[in-house]
Amino acid sequence: MSTVIAPPKPGKPWKATPKQRLTILGIYLSAALVSYGLVAVTPLKGKLAYFVVFFCASIVIDFILSYTQRGMASAKDAVARGLVTVGMTLAVLPIFSILFEVIKRGYKGLNLGLFTNDMSVTSVNDPIGNGGLLHAITGTVIMVAIALIVAMPIGILTAIYLTEIRGKFAAPIKFLVQAMSGVPSIVAGLFILSSYVYPITGSLSGFAGSLALMILMIPTIARTSEEVLLLIPNDLREAGVALGGTQWRTVALIVIPAAKSGLVTALILGIARVAGETAPLVLLTGGGEAVNLNPFDGPMGSLPIYIWKCFGQGTEESITRAWSGILVLLVIVLALFIAARFLSERKVAK
Amino acid sequence: MTLLENKSAEIPAPREITTKPRISDKIFRGVVTAGGLSSLLILGFILIFLAYQGFDVLKSQGFGFITGSAWNVVTDESGNIDYSQTQFGIAAMLVGTIICATIAVLIAVPISVLTALYLSFYAPATVRKFMVAVIDLMAAFPSVLFGIWGFLVLMPSVEYWAKLLHKYLGFLPFFDMQVPVFTRSPFVAGVVLAIMIIPIVTSVSREIFGQTPLDRIQAAYALGATRWSMIKAVVIPYGRSGVVGGAMLGLGRAMGETVAVYTVLNIVYQINWQVLLGAGGNVASMILLKFGEAGDGEIKALMAAGLVLFLLTLLVNSIADLIVKSSGAKGR
Repeated sequence: MSTVIAPPKPGKPWKATPKQRLTILGIYLSAALVSYGLVAVTPLKGKLAYFVVFFCASIVIDFILSYTQRGMASAKDAVARGLVTVGMTLAVLPIFSILFEVIKRGYKGLNLGLFTNDMSVTSVNDPIGNGGLLHAITGTVIMVAIALIVAMPIGILTAIYLTEIRGKFAAPIKFLVQAMSGVPSIVAGLFILSSYVYPITGSLSGFAGSLALMILMIPTIARTSEEVLLLIPNDLREAGVALGGTQWRTVALIVIPAAKSGLVTALILGIARVAGETAPLVLLTGGGEAVNLNPFDGPMGSLPIYIWKCFGQGTEESITRAWSGILVLLVIVLALFIAARFLSERKVAK
Repeated sequence: MTLLENKSAEIPAPREITTKPRISDKIFRGVVTAGGLSSLLILGFILIFLAYQGFDVLKSQGFGFITGSAWNVVTDESGNIDYSQTQFGIAAMLVGTIICATIAVLIAVPISVLTALYLSFYAPATVRKFMVAVIDLMAAFPSVLFGIWGFLVLMPSVEYWAKLLHKYLGFLPFFDMQVPVFTRSPFVAGVVLAIMIIPIVTSVSREIFGQTPLDRIQAAYALGATRWSMIKAVVIPYGRSGVVGGAMLGLGRAMGETVAVYTVLNIVYQINWQVLLGAGGNVASMILLKFGEAGDGEIKALMAAGLVLFLLTLLVNSIADLIVKSSGAKGR
């Protein structure tokens, strides 16, 4: 009679055992104790001291523990593990600090009037309830929309050239797009100033600002679209050609529809790239205080300029206004970013 | 027979097969190529227009525009610039730009490389996904936000770090200073710039590390390597030049940054090597500063400064691009 041997349960040997988890917790606890003790008895003071001592202590304790248990190689590994964790913490610390501060200082200035008033009759010392950023929001929307209308075809055509035609200019164009993405925003502003404002109009306007935004937008759109188009399987293109389609019809009726949501992602990232751009708008738009819906005439406000101006005025009220402006801008950028993430999850449509 | 003859007469002539593109394709290719070449056009126009506007100034100042550090505008009675006496020189600002950007890169690169290593080889999948999203988001933060946050929130802490550096490392010439003014120094600007370029350096490094051949990684593990010795033996030799390229890319960004630097840095028109002293410069923010009060002639000088900045960032970015592209092919 044969005994049935139960198959072993599928294990996860790479997972930390409770004992290992306890050890890790112990390391952090003792490091915290050491840092607390050192700050208490030595002249080291402040948050910085806590952080430094805590990290050093946890790395040292981990090092000693690994060395006694498994030798030098493991000890070095422990130090490396500690260091990359420190690096990660340092990299994300600012971002959480920024989010925290913006929400903490920005929410005080939030009110409904912010979205229905402009600053034309409000002075710097008026209480927060007066004035708003309607002019800034309309200005930003108009300028970004114009920039998008111009940059969208150029950016996507560049991407199609790089992925579909792959002509003899493909390598240099790729290089130039890369170079263009590094053009400082102030240089884009100076360029529009020298090529459009001085020779043609002679006055600052919202349209000049949107031209500068366009220059900054094109590389983002082109590079993201290129990545998206590269993800479209070649089978689709071959199927289109095999059915007798010309290249034009294959691209327009098969490749582009398949990449649609990815291309929208590219546009959204382009918008997010320029929505907070300040320097060229300072040079080009004149930064008005009243709602101005005509991009070709008169100064036009925008969110970054609003923040910039309010911060520069320096009174308590205007600093609060600046922070609420940042909060609004940040919410817009965040929303765009989440939308882009959401769309890029399903980059290749069925 | 008649039937057959009839049939043979009905066989159509074979279709002419050609590889010549149709008219619609020709138009399509033309339009797309034109769109693709627009980036060349824009970059070319930037160069031409800035050079055209800045020509007078560059001609009158010559190399002094880059090597001099005086900015005195002398005008005659009718308000025109008197080029024989006016001095435009951006050496101080160029030096300041390079100092700030270098500090930024020195701080950002170690942090970014460690972060990229953590994300590539240490983080659990869920943590990685979240952190990558957070760092990408940071890249989309507007620079005016970094400027104001840096000025109001970060600066007190950085000043404290600067005091510590001065106290304990003050014997080094660039940490030395005669007048203890720590506010709005190039060091503060460098720290803010470092935070701004961490996302881009991290994502380039992460991409490079992600391309490390899996078979080599697994071979290292199979030979009994710990994670660190695997990284040291496989990942770092493979990704080193890519990380250098990413650092250069970050350098280019840091050089061109305007508003954040303008907000935190105290722009003083002299060459200052003491990074902790509250006086420095940056070409981009100098342009912004002078623009408000500049007359026609001075704006031409600013255009010339913009040209120099454009060429500088173009050079740095091109080198970075070449390095990133050529990396990955080699490695142990």
